[in-house]
Amino acid sequence: MADTADTQTSKAPEPAKTILDAKTPDGPIAEKWDKARFDMKLMSPANRRKFRIIVVGSGLAGGSAAATLGELGYNVDCFAYQDSPRRAHSVSAQGGINAAKNYRNDGDSIFRLFYDTVKGGDYRSREANVYRLAQVSNNIIDQCVAQGVPFAREYGGLLDNRSFGGAQVSRTFYARGQTGQQLLLGAYQALARQIHAGRVRMHTRTEMLDLVVVNGVARGIVTRDLRNGKIERWLGDAVVLATGGYSNAFYLSTNAKGCNVTAVWRAHRRGAYFANPCYTQIHPTCIPQSGEHQSKLTLMSESLRNDGRIWAPRQPGDTRAPGDIPEKERWYYLEERYPSFGNLVPRDIASRAAKSVVDAGHGVGPRRNGVYLDFADAIERLGVNVIRDRYGNLFDMYENITGENPYEVPMRIYPALHYTMGGLWVDYNLMSTIPGMFAIGEANFSDHGANRLGASALMQGLADGYFVLPYTLSNYLAQAKLEPLTTDHEAFRAVEEEVNGRVERLLKANGERSVDSYHRELGQILWEYCGMERSEEGLKKALELIPTLREEYWQNVRVPGESEELNQSLEKAGRVADFMELAELMCIDALQRKESCGAHFRSEYQTADGEARRDDENYAYVAAWEYAGDGRAPILNKEPLTFEYVALSQRSYK
Amino acid sequence: MKFKLRIWRQPNTLIKGRFEEYEVDDVGPDESFLEMLDMLNEQLIANGGEPVAFDHDCREGICGMCGIMINGVAHGPKAATTACQLHMRHFKDGDVIVVEPWRAKAFPVIKDLVVERAALDRIIQAGGYISASTGSAPDANSIPVPKPVADTAMDAAACIGCGACVAACPNSSAMLFTAAKVGHLNVLPQGQAERFDRAVLMVDEMEAEGFGGCTNIGECAAVCPKEIGLDFIAMLNREYLRGKLKGAGSRNA
Repeated sequence: MADTADTQTSKAPEPAKTILDAKTPDGPIAEKWDKARFDMKLMSPANRRKFRIIVVGSGLAGGSAAATLGELGYNVDCFAYQDSPRRAHSVSAQGGINAAKNYRNDGDSIFRLFYDTVKGGDYRSREANVYRLAQVSNNIIDQCVAQGVPFAREYGGLLDNRSFGGAQVSRTFYARGQTGQQLLLGAYQALARQIHAGRVRMHTRTEMLDLVVVNGVARGIVTRDLRNGKIERWLGDAVVLATGGYSNAFYLSTNAKGCNVTAVWRAHRRGAYFANPCYTQIHPTCIPQSGEHQSKLTLMSESLRNDGRIWAPRQPGDTRAPGDIPEKERWYYLEERYPSFGNLVPRDIASRAAKSVVDAGHGVGPRRNGVYLDFADAIERLGVNVIRDRYGNLFDMYENITGENPYEVPMRIYPALHYTMGGLWVDYNLMSTIPGMFAIGEANFSDHGANRLGASALMQGLADGYFVLPYTLSNYLAQAKLEPLTTDHEAFRAVEEEVNGRVERLLKANGERSVDSYHRELGQILWEYCGMERSEEGLKKALELIPTLREEYWQNVRVPGESEELNQSLEKAGRVADFMELAELMCIDALQRKESCGAHFRSEYQTADGEARRDDENYAYVAAWEYAGDGRAPILNKEPLTFEYVALSQRSYK
Repeated sequence: MKFKLRIWRQPNTLIKGRFEEYEVDDVGPDESFLEMLDMLNEQLIANGGEPVAFDHDCREGICGMCGIMINGVAHGPKAATTACQLHMRHFKDGDVIVVEPWRAKAFPVIKDLVVERAALDRIIQAGGYISASTGSAPDANSIPVPKPVADTAMDAAACIGCGACVAACPNSSAMLFTAAKVGHLNVLPQGQAERFDRAVLMVDEMEAEGFGGCTNIGECAAVCPKEIGLDFIAMLNREYLRGKLKGAGSRNA
């Protein structure tokens, strides 16, 4: 059950592939993980120290995995491009982490968290994985508290919870507006303990540039030391990629500047399937772009929508100050279109509405590129002190960035790229289609379907790293027949040569334009044609523009400096080269998915009132793309999705 | 806006550095300090020059990666702000701005404005954690933590590990950094078992790394982007002293 992509780059049809097997255990959903764990082969403590595991990335997923594998007695090499594992981008998450503790006695349960996550993902995730995620969510909170994560508390000393992202139960644990930072520090400290114990060797300022596959099995990586440009080979008995998402393909996103797809993309080119690349999430409440030189976008917690009212001038092109626009000329478009949910509609719907309003000429601010999020009514109703209590730090952050006081003038907001649900295809054991290579956290595709719910990313990263991977990886190693190797093996030499060749080619292009200027242009193409709303016509246009841009890039990019030194232009150049290839696959995927689901909205497939229209009969599958060689169309493999426990239904927020 | 920049250029750890002067024009007041440096770098690349290396990542003030001296002040003139969250509206058109790396014996310069801060990681590795291996935790609510205690722990845990405290200190001491971690973990019930070992091991590591001692000057707290207070240093001193008297800090792992 496979067919070739409908693109202009396609050359010859590829042979059909079999359906992908997720290796999901049999039995009732609540018993699958227990059964899987019981069926796993165990590894004795004495044998664990004979294995070496490579973990790339040190965020919530990578940091927690490396620490836990070290505690179990494995030898671990952990890599991060930052100067410390504590800086991985998980650190930026604000809102919180979900768990099915039901501490509030408000009807939550493992099944309800599972149900909400499958439905929120618009029925495009794998039921068994999501159920396991909900099961281990409770262990995560226990583990983090034991490590000293300072979650918010009530006066009785017990843990506080809040509702988040439109959930009807309060299941979100939080540490002020810095939950990601505090969870990451917990994992980082556990990792530090293992580094001190000698179980983990930490390699900071070191970037993975390729994967080494020996006789079909992942056995190592090739890295570049960012301090001095040294290219090195690393041998392992398994490789774990925990390198996050690819929002930065769009140039402007809420991701950290260094976030990139290189490790994932290189693994894809070596045989790992890439699943659902078109599922990219756009967060509705970010600060609009203020100038041409803007380098990234800043997210404002979506909790602001609990009290703020979103509006734009009813008259297109109205340039009056917000205070001069009378009430009847203000267009509260979400409240009008969605009377029951109003300003609290899910992220994908709020984002699309803002874009259509701005596109129609109603945009506000100096660049006419935002809509208002107005707290005047809430301040009148509740008083300024209540609003300051609830959102003071966010208001300060907004004022710091924009220079405007949101207590007096409405905030301006606009959607921005925030998270990518797509990623490397993995089976139930989190292993990719390359034996011995695992993908965890945002780098894989498995748990969020076509749309991630708020406070679920932190949960998934830590679930994979603390509680799932350590089991499934042990099971793999206990059964794998690994040939004895050294890094002198021909496969390592060949990969290193390729890596060196790419570095050299980038430095030698010596063209006219900087890496950033190409990255911005790529981002604009993706935002225009593969952003919040996609169409066949637009995607086909993008599929003409991207290969042309990519070709020009390799001829005309200018990368100053040498390879044997700290060279930030060179680092960026390699990352942008890979984004250029990924961007094409994103558009191919968006083009083949002739339906709208979650964050993927195709303008041709909508209901009469403009909502996403899924096509469960034809598209209830995971699209897992196989790399077929440069200049050849990627091959589409499918993992059919079945829904035994959550009935398929249409989302409605009217 | 237009600025004259005096920026520290140093090719690597071994070669001596020096200041170079540059000009940037057409800077918008809403641009961040790092975006202004991006503009300079684009200009340098276009003219065949070498861009200025500087550390940065999240650009929203939480990762702790950025850190530079701006006119002699760590992270620049605005209090409680990282360099990435400092905007050009806080400067005047035509200003001369001096930009330097963190300067401390324990932070060798890698290139231009980029320094090596691994010494801070090693202080954490010496004892800045609670030994709770995955899987061993009791139910989260079986350990009640009074709200004021949790709030104090959170105040200390807000440290982003940027190293501004070290750069601002005339002694290049890492006391505020170390105190923040000890303060975070030692007030919590979960942190009691290793409390005194933690204080002693971390302070000993700090000294071994070549950071100076604390003489209560307070520059560290003045520049801290997360406003970590000096009271945590007072607390660390108490914990360290009590730990020493108890003979703590002799364990190996």
